[in-house]
Formats: sequence, structure tokens, C-alpha cells
Amino acid sequence: MPRLKLALYWSASCGGCDVAVLDTNEKILDIAEIADIVLWPVAMDFKYHHVEAMADGGIDVCLFNGAVRNSEQERIAKLLRAKSKIMVAFGACACFGGIPGLANLTNRAEIFEQSYIEALTNDNSGRIFPQTRTEVAEGELELPEFWDTVLALGQVVDVEYFLPGCPPPVDLISKVVDALATGQLPPVGSVIASDKPLCDECERKKEDKRITKIYRPHQIIPDTERCFLEQGIICVGPATRGGCGQRCIKANMPCRGCFGPPTGVVDQGAKMLSALASIYDVKDEAEVKRMVEEIVDPVGTFYRFGLSTSLLRRKRM
Amino acid sequence: MKKVTIDPITRLEGHGKIEIFLDEAGNVANAYLQVPELRGFEKFCQGRPVEEMPRITTRICGVCPSAHHMASTKATDAVYHVDPPLAAKKLRELFYCAHMVHSHIVHFYALAAPDFIIGPQADPAERNILGVIAKVGKDIGLEVIRNRAYAQDIQALIGGRATHAVCGLPGGMSRGISEDERRDFVEKGRSFVEFGKLGLKLFNDLVLSNKEYLGLITGDVYFMKSYYMGMVDSNNRVNFYDGDIRVIDPEGKEFARFKPAEYLDHILEHTEPWSYLTFPFLKKVGWKGLVEGMDSGVYRVNSLARLNVADGMATPLAQEEYERFYRTLGGKPVHATLAFHWARLIELLYAAERFSELAQDKEVTNPNIRTIPTATPDEGVGVVEAPRGTLFHHYQTDENGIITKLNLIVATVQNNPAMNISVKKAAQGLIKAGKVVSEGLLNMVEMAFRAYDPCLGCATHCLPGQMPLEVTIRDYKGNEIQRLSRGLSGRI
Repeated sequence: MPRLKLALYWSASCGGCDVAVLDTNEKILDIAEIADIVLWPVAMDFKYHHVEAMADGGIDVCLFNGAVRNSEQERIAKLLRAKSKIMVAFGACACFGGIPGLANLTNRAEIFEQSYIEALTNDNSGRIFPQTRTEVAEGELELPEFWDTVLALGQVVDVEYFLPGCPPPVDLISKVVDALATGQLPPVGSVIASDKPLCDECERKKEDKRITKIYRPHQIIPDTERCFLEQGIICVGPATRGGCGQRCIKANMPCRGCFGPPTGVVDQGAKMLSALASIYDVKDEAEVKRMVEEIVDPVGTFYRFGLSTSLLRRKRM
Repeated sequence: MKKVTIDPITRLEGHGKIEIFLDEAGNVANAYLQVPELRGFEKFCQGRPVEEMPRITTRICGVCPSAHHMASTKATDAVYHVDPPLAAKKLRELFYCAHMVHSHIVHFYALAAPDFIIGPQADPAERNILGVIAKVGKDIGLEVIRNRAYAQDIQALIGGRATHAVCGLPGGMSRGISEDERRDFVEKGRSFVEFGKLGLKLFNDLVLSNKEYLGLITGDVYFMKSYYMGMVDSNNRVNFYDGDIRVIDPEGKEFARFKPAEYLDHILEHTEPWSYLTFPFLKKVGWKGLVEGMDSGVYRVNSLARLNVADGMATPLAQEEYERFYRTLGGKPVHATLAFHWARLIELLYAAERFSELAQDKEVTNPNIRTIPTATPDEGVGVVEAPRGTLFHHYQTDENGIITKLNLIVATVQNNPAMNISVKKAAQGLIKAGKVVSEGLLNMVEMAFRAYDPCLGCATHCLPGQMPLEVTIRDYKGNEIQRLSRGLSGRI
């Protein structure tokens, strides 16, 4: 089998996905065994014009992390799509917009106002904002155009596979590498994780108990053995795909949904709301009102990682 | 004017670009370090519950997420006016020392070492971590990987995950550690200390003993006189987790010493239209543009700054190295930008020693690690020393603990003015009329900001790690007259 040509790219992201690749430790050597890396801006010396010079389809696999929120990121996403036979949305931001997607609750003008005018340490009475083109004494300087809306990779180009997680866990990254090494690829459109909700693999005890009050995580010391929801703590497990290894739950903290919705669930937030409604013991309208008030941040809790690809998508402009 | 563009530069947390303008003679008229990225956390965190901030703000940086996690957690303590139990504080610092070990290992061995151990103008094909391992030996290479993996495993055990930990809550920690786990940490701490000593020995043998390199460190091209900021304990020694903020002037005199919550009296941010990154400066000195010296409010953070503002290190082996550092470089303060690397290795040894101390303290296994907050939340500031410098998280909330305003002053941002000055100064010192702009010279321009530990370089720790580089030289009308690029082979 010829050596694979592999590209890794980071877009609107934090770098955590790249660190996760490195956390595979010795698996990195397996990757080097089966593949020539042709682009990895954080680690290697290839540039955009090297990619531009390649034939369409000249890259076998592109692992793309990060959301798409400016003109340069869109240009590179389209370039890599054209050159790659297989495009993998790597991590929560590329799959669903991730935490940067929460910026869809606002827009460019508001973000600029906050970042450059309203922040408590800003010294900007002249109201200077970053510009796509600036004349300086010596010539012109350019910046990419910042968008109002954060998009997931699949909203910009076609994607073959999705590897969720913030960041994806090492065992799933290894699974992808093994699939590439053996050529035994799953059907196009597959999500490389469990199909079922996190609750199905959670080891905590469930007693089908109904709750009468919602606690915020700092308001209660949870029992380490029992289901968070049944202790009144919002855990997004029922609306989240499994396969993460329950990393947060084992640290005695509830799930926040970084694996996105499980197979068959269209909208992660709607699913979570319905799960909560079914466990909350309400008898009348006043109790419904109380429950709604106790959920202090529905959009930031139920759509923390998935606002970009949800039915809501963004705040109305 | 001719424009020399270095794009993309990639070892920054976020994408970066350098534009160098040449005058008609071919000397450097000016240079700009542009950051084309913004994600808007300060806006979209408004409306979120404050206790979720430690789990959201980690995503500012996946290379130093634990720094954001700790600064954020401390800010939530302050918002709720809650004092965590002693065991929780010790556990947090233990966790955080492991993070410092991870971050400093990766930066020195993967990013900085190639420039010194292989050589600043060496064949770029060898100027990478593999070249470093070839030169220092595979055994040392494996020690690098092993100790970094330990540091990641420790963070994952305490924090749930090595990247984007979840353990911090207002009032404490979500999960304690067992006696068996503590004993394992003691073993790993021994390994860290030996590894920290090894790093300084390598630096001594391969860098300081080489007159050319010592000349580079102490020479003019990488010299910059500025103010410095860093956190100190009550005895004015370096501390990463807690303390007061101390600022010294370019002569080394204490300029300010303040509590984290008083930072608004000391820091402002300037904006330029050509970068998405702001330009912080000392409020009491003022913004005088991208210039160095006593009259300019530009200040620096990160390893060299921490050593400069402190009177010493709190652990014995690191203290010895601290004394040798200033003895060798001619006393305090040190303004040599490349000395950030040496200072980082001294801090790695400190982090290792401090980790060991805390691991040997049985208090860290005390299960009392949470205090439930009872006060009404309002406002709080949390500060830690991130690997890359002082990190401020400031939250204001309504009486229900929902964020109404959030201000973040991130380590790398504070070095933005200084990195611009350093890049310009290096370009001016290295690129001269009539001299060919070689790859080696451009690498030496890159070394000017690499000293500040650009964040994403962390990821290069086990693969060939060079700056992808493209240089386009244009005439004053913008017509391309020369194009240089450096591929994976390192050839231009």
C-alpha cells in the first residue's frame, strides 16, 4: 500500500486538538510509518502555496480542526477540500462550531465594541477598530475579514467523517489512524464514536428518581456514585453521544455535551430540554415556571458546543 | 517601499504574520507583527453562569488551558467571596505545577533548543526537534517524552482531562486524590527534578559554553530595555499560583506592587487598526507607541520578567541557578530577550521542586476540598502566572451569579508590544542594504519572538518543527520581484 498523504490543519480553534494528536505519544510514530504529512502548520514547514500546487485529490486525508469564522479560514477550508480525497472534521469546533460557536449569540459589531471599546482596560477614545486594510507610513497592511457568524466545517465544505470531542480522546484518534492504516473505512458520513447517548455507558447508579429542584454545580457536593441528573445537577449526558470515556464524569463533574448529539437526534438542546422535563416532578404551571427559572442558562448549557449546527444556529440579526 | 512578508508564521497561539518594509537602499524601515485572529470570548461569556467559566475559558488556549482554568477558578472564588479549604488550594497548585512542567518542557525542547543546539543559521532541515535528539542522544529524547507524558497524566488524573480540565469550582475542587495516587506523584516528582537539572546542564554545556551563542544572548540584536511584571509571594520570590503582582522599571527598581484585584489601576490596552490583538501598557507610564525604555509604558511578562521582578526562587536548586543566571549575565535586571529561554529552564526546575514538595505533603489527600459558597456573588479577579506570563480573569455578575461583564488580559497579549519591538529591532540589526536576505537571517528574525514562547509551538514536540516560511519581496508598486519559500526539507 502506498504511503498516505496526510494534512492536519487548525482553523478557529484553541490548539487543544493538535495537543491531543501529540498526546497519542507512541501512536505518532505509527502515523509517521503510514503517512507523509504534507501540511501541519503548527509543526511543519509546508505553506499554502505548496498545497495550491498539488493536484486536486492529491491529499488522501485532511484532519481539519477548528470552526470557520473569517475569510482566510474559509479560503483554506475550500482549498483543502479540493485537494483532499477524505476530509475529517476533527474535534467539536469543526464538527459543530464548538465553544467559539457561542459567538453566534452575538455579532461582529458587538464583539468589536466589547473587545476594543467596552473592556475595562480599553484606552480607545478614538474608536480605533481593526481594519481589513490599513495604510501605514511604509505601505499597506491587510487582515482577514471577521464574520458575524461562526460555521462548522460541514457548513462550508463537504465532510466525509466526524471525530467529535473537545478535544477528541486519544483512543478515538487511534481508531481513525488504524482505519486509515488498514484502509477499512466506515461509511461516508460516519461519526467516529458511539451511536448511543453517554447515559448508556455511564456507570453511575440510576434509580428513576424524579427531582424537585435543580442545583448548580457549585451549590452541592455530588455523590460520586449516583446519576447527576437524579441529584438535581444538569448533566447533558442524555442528549450527548457516548464514546468520550466519561472523562468529566469520572472527575465528578457533569457532562457539557462536547460530543454533540447521538445518532438520530437532530437538535441536542431540544433533546436535553425534553430529558429534563421528563425527570422534573411538576404538577402545575407554577412548578413549570420554577423549573424554567432554575435553568439559568439554557442556551449556554444545552448548546455549549453545538450552537452553529443546531436548529437555532444563531441569534437573529 | 519593498515589503517582505513572513506568512504564515505558526508558532503563536493564533495565526501570525510579519511584514517587513525595506527602504530604497534595502535597509529595514519598519516591521509589524500582525495577529489576524479574534474569537470574542469577552462578549459571548456574558449571560453565562460564572461557575461555568472555568469550563468555558479553557478553550481560549488548548496549549495552556490549565492556566485559564486556574485563573478562572480563582476569579469565581473571589466572585462568591469563598475561601477554599487548604487541601483544595494545595491540590490546585500541585495540578498547576504539573501543567508548568508540561508547557516548559515542550517549549524548550521542541521550539527553542533547535536554534541553539543545532544553530541559528544551520541547515533548516536539521534545525528541529529530531536534529536536537540526534545531537543530544535518543536517551535524552525519550526522557523528554516520558516526563511530558507524566505531566499530562497528572493533570488528567486530577482534572479529568489533560487538556481542558474540569476540576475547579468556586470554593474548591471536584475530586480529591488517594494516598496511592499521591505516592505515585512523589515518584514522578523525583523524575521531574532530575529532568529539570538535566535541562540546565544541557543549556550550560551546549549554549553557554559556546562563545558565539553567549554573544547572541548578550548582544544588541536581541536586547530590549523595558518594564517587567510578574507574581511574587510574600518574600518576593517567584510564584505561579498565588501572590501579589510586582512591576519593576528598566533600571530594576520596584515601580509597583499590587493585589490582583487592583490591576485596573495599572494596565490599559491600546488598539491599532492593523492587528486584532490589543497592545497593553502600564497606565502610570502611558502609551508612547512601539518604543522601549523608561518613558514607554511597554512591559514584558513570561519567564525572564518573573525572575527580574523577584528577589529569588522559593526552592533550593532553582535558587542556585537563579544566582548563577544573574552572575553570568551581569546582574539585575536582565534585558536580553533570548535569556527568556534560560529563565524558563530555571522555572522548570522550580516547578519540579515545588511539585515534589506538594506531593510529599499528605494534606493533598485530605478529602475536605470543597466549601459551598453562601455569599451573594458580585465581582472578582483571579490571577495566575501562565507559562507565558501573568494572566488576569476579571468577572462581574448579577446577584444570581450570571456574568454581566468579563475582562481577560492574556499573557501573550501583554507581550504583543514587546514582540513587535523585538521583531523590528532584530530585522533592523540583521537585514542590511546590499546583504542577501537569507533563510538563516529570517530565522534569526523569528528567534526574536520565539523567545516569548509563542503558544502553538508546544505542539511541535515530536515532529520536525520549523516555521513554514514564505517571503515575497515587492517593489513599491507591489509587483513581485523575488519570492523565497522554505519547504519541509528546509531548503529555500
